[in-house]
Amino acid sequence: MTTPLVEMRDISISFGGIRAVDHVSVDLHPGEVVGLLGHNGAGKSTLIKVLSGAYRADSGEILVEGQKVRIENPRDARALNIETIYQTLALADNLDAASNLFLGRELTTGLGLIDEDRMEAETRKIMGRLNPNFQKFNAPVRALSGGQRQSVAIARAVYFNARILIMDEPTAALGPQETQMVAELIGELKKQGLGIFLISHDIHDVMALCDRVSVMKNGKLVGTERVEDVTDDEILALIILGKRPERA
Amino acid sequence: MTAATDTDGLPPTRRSLIQTLELDTRLLGMIGAFLVLCIVFDIVTDGRFLTPRNVFNLTIQTVSVAIMATGMVFIIVCRHIDLSVGALLATCSASMAMIQTDILPSALGLGLGHPSIWIITILAGLIVGALIGAFHGWLVGYLTIPAFIVTLGGLLIWRNVGWYLTDGQTIGPLDETFRMLGGTNGTLGVQASWIVGLLAAGFAVFAIISGRRRKSAHGFAVKPVWAEALMIAVAVSAILGFVAILNAYEVPTRRLARMFEARGEVMPEGYTEGYGIPISVLVLIVVAIGMTVIARNTRFGRYIFATGGNPDAAELSGINTRMLTVKIFALMGALCALSAVVASARLANHGNDIGTLDELRVIAAAVIGGTALSGGVGTIYGAILGALVMQSLQSGMAMVGVDAPLQNIVVGTVLVAAVLIDIIYRRRARDTS
Repeated sequence: MTTPLVEMRDISISFGGIRAVDHVSVDLHPGEVVGLLGHNGAGKSTLIKVLSGAYRADSGEILVEGQKVRIENPRDARALNIETIYQTLALADNLDAASNLFLGRELTTGLGLIDEDRMEAETRKIMGRLNPNFQKFNAPVRALSGGQRQSVAIARAVYFNARILIMDEPTAALGPQETQMVAELIGELKKQGLGIFLISHDIHDVMALCDRVSVMKNGKLVGTERVEDVTDDEILALIILGKRPERA
Repeated sequence: MTAATDTDGLPPTRRSLIQTLELDTRLLGMIGAFLVLCIVFDIVTDGRFLTPRNVFNLTIQTVSVAIMATGMVFIIVCRHIDLSVGALLATCSASMAMIQTDILPSALGLGLGHPSIWIITILAGLIVGALIGAFHGWLVGYLTIPAFIVTLGGLLIWRNVGWYLTDGQTIGPLDETFRMLGGTNGTLGVQASWIVGLLAAGFAVFAIISGRRRKSAHGFAVKPVWAEALMIAVAVSAILGFVAILNAYEVPTRRLARMFEARGEVMPEGYTEGYGIPISVLVLIVVAIGMTVIARNTRFGRYIFATGGNPDAAELSGINTRMLTVKIFALMGALCALSAVVASARLANHGNDIGTLDELRVIAAAVIGGTALSGGVGTIYGAILGALVMQSLQSGMAMVGVDAPLQNIVVGTVLVAAVLIDIIYRRRARDTS
């Protein structure tokens, strides 16, 4: 088997005596979508925040393309081409789409000033690809619909040539049409060889979009399965009971 | 495609005059309110309010608070507050007064009136202000003490550090060159004022035209030519009109005669001279432009607004919000020092009570100018306009002869009303968008 794009080995992290993530190992290969499933508080988001640099693990290690890496903050993660689309989208509502897309990585002119026009032009280009209906380039993102905001967040991840994409509940706030848009986009990114971690509550989403699923319960990994090997009910059993499905 | 983006989805017929000009309606509202205020005071005072003399005085009285208000915008936009600016101003003023009257002339032996005293003093003052501000920022950003508490403590501490340093004595007279930064004692004169005015007007025209060029080079929508022309006309006439008013305020004859005497000359009969633009106003203009560029065109400014809009998002975008806090408070401290220069130079000496209650005036100026205490929203020009409104109200009422307690009651009421109007405006703007 090829070297995984990302390997998280034996990751643990505690908050005030509570083991939020307890010796969990997951991996992700190029062109693969791995779903992370589990109840609220199962530790999915916490695990993924270790990868995106928002939290630091107490123990365990992270390998990117077989190399051990240190991810201390979001900048480190970005430098490794790990991009995250947070459930909250992490947009500054008072700024426009271009400012959000380039937040922390603004384009500048020779004088070191922000090149607003070039940023807007680039934003128009990528939005033309992701969401051709998007027109509100000069409005603060507060004024945008859920789907439009989502596409800004996705554009931000995709624009900077992500190799590893983390999507935390990407479709939770979207209507059916917009969900379809996100699904198509995931398929497209997969073809380009990105690895995607998809966090979701929605089993149907996961079964349709993912290649493998890792299920967490109470901070522990209860199992990783190939989607074609399991049924929806078996996945549900993993989530609720924390038991591996009985193989025939 | 381009046709659709031109109107941003709005049918062209529905664009009003204001939309076509791409004007900020809230700025228009503030300017309108300010003009109404001026006209009412002018009528009530039988035309004494809008004389060149009063406009001149209003302008120089506004500078100190306005300079600090630009820094307060950044602080409030970032969801902090600074209650210590008046006290910090006093400590900076005390340090600078001691440096220029004692340390430099005596201890370092430069002698009184040495030409380098003013510049060394100001640099030292800026460093003191920036360091104290940075310390506040460190307490807020790294030790996570709420800014309200840090600066409330600072209000008591720095007010009294200033007192302690000077033993409560008034220090003066300040260095002669230094005093030129205060207002009346340092103006450009008529000719230089016109030159500055014309340069500024030329720059405004250049900025509007080059902005348009850049936009169309990227294929974005631009305003119609007549709209740009109108903007240019308004900008140029505002700048030159302001210069004309300041030039029209003539130096009193007796003062002129003294100046001639000092040079050993005799004043010619019927000689007059206008004040022109005060140097302190130039300082404010430079600060305003600098702060606006920082707010709009630098990463530092962008991160301030992003952090104010969504601190978590800013953090997740890799912005070092702690260091950002240190920088914002350091900048505020440096601006307090600059205000201290203007305020003490205007009074020609350092007094113990300098800058008392300035924190409230500064916060009020920023808030009246549309800075939202919830963070993420605010403009530099708004804060300066807010400072001007506050000062006009105060001196207008003094001119009319309103009793002192009543003056403060009115100012307080206006502050609360301004915020209410702002909240209503924002709610409407959100509902219609």
